Amino acid sequence: MAQVSSIADEQTSTPLSSSKSITLKIARYNPEHDESSKFMEFSIPYEKWTTVLEAILEVKKHFDHSVAVRYSCRQATCGSCGMIINGKPRLACFTKISELNSDIVTVEPMNNFPIIRDLAVKFERLFDSHQKIKPYLIRDDSELEADAKEFLQSPQELEQYIQFANCIKCGLCNSACPTMATDSSFVGPQALAQAYRYVADSRDKGKDSRLKIIDDSHGIWRCHFAGSCSQVCPKGVDPAMGIQLLRGYLLGFRS
Amino acid sequence: MTQDERKEGIKGMANPGRYGIERVAYWLMRLSGLGLLGYFVAHIYETSNILRGQVGWDEFLDLTQTTEGHLFLTLVIGMCVFHTVNGIRVMLGHGGVGVGKPARPDYPYDPASQNYRHKIGIYSAILLAAVAMMYGLAVMFGE
Ligand code: HEM
Ligand code: SF4
Ligand code: FES
Repeated sequence: MAQVSSIADEQTSTPLSSSKSITLKIARYNPEHDESSKFMEFSIPYEKWTTVLEAILEVKKHFDHSVAVRYSCRQATCGSCGMIINGKPRLACFTKISELNSDIVTVEPMNNFPIIRDLAVKFERLFDSHQKIKPYLIRDDSELEADAKEFLQSPQELEQYIQFANCIKCGLCNSACPTMATDSSFVGPQALAQAYRYVADSRDKGKDSRLKIIDDSHGIWRCHFAGSCSQVCPKGVDPAMGIQLLRGYLLGFRS
Repeated sequence: MTQDERKEGIKGMANPGRYGIERVAYWLMRLSGLGLLGYFVAHIYETSNILRGQVGWDEFLDLTQTTEGHLFLTLVIGMCVFHTVNGIRVMLGHGGVGVGKPARPDYPYDPASQNYRHKIGIYSAILLAAVAMMYGLAVMFGE
């Protein structure tokens, strides 16, 4: 019982009492009644380890609880907290203020996504595109029917796709992509990287059907290998590599 | 719908400042491609002047014998060389050549596809374009 109450008493965040502080500029916009987005400024103390997400939560706690921000894991695992931080798409929970080397930290909602409110954006299209490429193993038999009970894979076979399985669907890559910036029908680096993840999986037999889905006028050919997706990916997925390897199949460089 | 998509638009697509030399190369490739297309159309028009006989041809060719004409042709040389060399790099990349091998990534997750091979390709394209432009300038203004 005593333990329960001590958990309840626990501070929800570490009080920040550093002598260093930054100006945090937060883009505020409610599509229901605002004409355009406006910045609100807050002076926030920070330590070497303070993340941008913690600074935003500090604002919510002490200054303005109405700031809309989506987060959950606080450890670059759930993919919720993507936003534009000082001009680039980054995860707020994975970006330390000290690494930005700036006295002003500006946070805005991710580009190429519709705004729900303030920093929270809609992920419907990201998830729809992801679903479109059939993000699951495709084969006629299943573990339940096959005698083997599981489909074995060698460590080498695992290496072929495990990097791409790191994707947390944060959408940073889609936000950085120059094609996404002008084409709302483009399937996008996130989904294309996942198409490669399954095509490269030795257990999967759905290569042809997936290649057919992405061989579309708003599919893989809209990628110009600008590489911005890979540069912003917080999990080392490297969508640009996956996409070019995938295109290799369609161009006949690989089989 | 489109309004609410919040696409970054042409401005965001063309902004080369944020994502390293690869994005600059992407931007230069598009620009030089469109520039060359424009030049190609103008070139057809220019050479069609031969239908006006030698006088018409010489008259039109004189346009390129001016300072502006020389600078314009220098730009075309630069676009041509960059577009060709970078085009070869891009085509290799598109086929999966030199984009690295899948491997378990480690922090800080430097992407293997943004590697020195492609960076060398981009810088070579820029360097060769610059050298060709200087050679062009030397020939045209050196008479
Ligand atoms: C040997 C010479 C050439 C090579 C190797 C080459 C290669 C390429 C490649 C690979 C692309 C696609 C780039 C990407 O995916 O982002 C491209 C785009 C393009 N090229 Fe070329 N090209 C050459 C000559 C030309 C010429 C002579 C013209 C004009 C008449 C031209 C006009 C274009 C245009 C308009 C684009 C589209 C640009 C864009 O929207 O991004 N190219 N070229
Ligand atoms: S590929 Fe990387 S940047 Fe894109 S959604 Fe997945 S984790 Fe995020
Ligand atoms: S809060 Fe989960 S990724 Fe940032």
